[in-house]
Amino acid sequence: MNYNWNWGIFFEASPEGTGTYADMLLSGLAWTIVTALCSWVIAFLLGSLVGVMRTLPNRAANAVGTAYVELFRNIPLLVQMFLWYFVLPEVLPEQWGSWLKQLPNAPFYTAVLCLGFFTASRVAEQVRAGIQSLPRGQKMAGTALGLTVGQTYRYVLLPNAYRIILPPLTSEFLNNLKNTSVALTIGLLELTARARAMQEFSFQVFEAFTAATILYVLINVGVIFISSWIERRVAVPGSR
Amino acid sequence: MLANFDFSVITNSLPYLFFEGMRFTLTLTALAAVGGIVLGTFIAMMRLSGLPVIPLVAKGYVNLFRSLPLVLVIFWFYFLVPYLGQWVTGADRPMTVGAFTSSLVTFTLFEAAYFSEIMRAGIQSIPKGQAAAASALGMTYWTSMRTVILPQVFRNMTPILLTQTIVLFQDTSLVYVLSITDFLGAASKIAQRDGRLVEMYLFAAVVYFAVCFAASLAVRHLQKKIAIIR
Repeated sequence: MNYNWNWGIFFEASPEGTGTYADMLLSGLAWTIVTALCSWVIAFLLGSLVGVMRTLPNRAANAVGTAYVELFRNIPLLVQMFLWYFVLPEVLPEQWGSWLKQLPNAPFYTAVLCLGFFTASRVAEQVRAGIQSLPRGQKMAGTALGLTVGQTYRYVLLPNAYRIILPPLTSEFLNNLKNTSVALTIGLLELTARARAMQEFSFQVFEAFTAATILYVLINVGVIFISSWIERRVAVPGSR
Repeated sequence: MLANFDFSVITNSLPYLFFEGMRFTLTLTALAAVGGIVLGTFIAMMRLSGLPVIPLVAKGYVNLFRSLPLVLVIFWFYFLVPYLGQWVTGADRPMTVGAFTSSLVTFTLFEAAYFSEIMRAGIQSIPKGQAAAASALGMTYWTSMRTVILPQVFRNMTPILLTQTIVLFQDTSLVYVLSITDFLGAASKIAQRDGRLVEMYLFAAVVYFAVCFAASLAVRHLQKKIAIIR
């Protein structure tokens, strides 16, 4: 291979004038993590709501939940990103639209909303599967004890369901984290975008991508570590 | 607002969108799905082979690809494939590789990691006694895989493999980052040329939704139809 390796490139100043190439990648990493965490908050809350709706004994709630999941699952994330970023400001009333366009950090807010709504549809499926995997008797016991539907979910069904679906939720969190890279198309300066910029400035393609790869693998390992710690923390004693 | 929604932008560009864009998207999806399933099956077999080292290599492959974002992998291969081509053919300079070949290699290798997990689950779900019975009948590993295990795995796993193919179909839209004219790329080029982002992106969303929704309904139907009553 006639490629000029230069691993020292990370300590050279980047043309942006704000530090070295390593600083540039690390700031990308920070944006990736912040975007992933913020969108996860939306995804988790909205996804739980939609997932619960799909298990309620109410036709209308089921229909809304199903429609939400089908809509957000059957459109590619990149297209959704464009809809939020390019189309939404145009179809809103004019004042709102121009306010949106002038927001500082618009790519960040857009990415958080888009990923939040997208991942919510996946979280909803997990929550629904978790609730449905519980024995029917749990819901009945809740009703027999005089709990309202809300209380049954709050104190009986959800605490059990979340414990069951913790492993698939972890992989949805990781998917969400990886999906932040799609936001580079609307200008979010996250890790992949920074690696790409480093390649364009310095022509050190493989060093830049190797560094990004290692960082992604490290976050994955870290997340899996934290998740198994949570799993041990919240395990009901004697349940396994 | 939607008051000045211009349908003619869409109708005028239909041939370009479908004959150029959608054709690329569908060809890439089909070839990458076939390649990914074949490669994924071999990776799953490697992982379950019980030989020294080989299962670890397969596991490393799967875990590495599953922890990387597809966008990064697309960039990796876009720059790496010319060098790989040079290495394989022994040429003295990096090969020029077309956008299609580069994205086909990317998607085949990337999706193989996901397909292999499906195939692994499928192989593991076949009772161990069947492999034992096959080997007691004097079949070699390859014969028993080909005539006993894999036919059942493919039958059981077809719905999941197809669902993953729908995901792959959606994922191919990410070749946008290489400015390739897939369906979304075509829509986006028209959108920017005519300044009609709202129409083109909404239309792209509707088409993707229609295709994926119809396909997933068909998969659900198939699932009911081929389910073995146990």
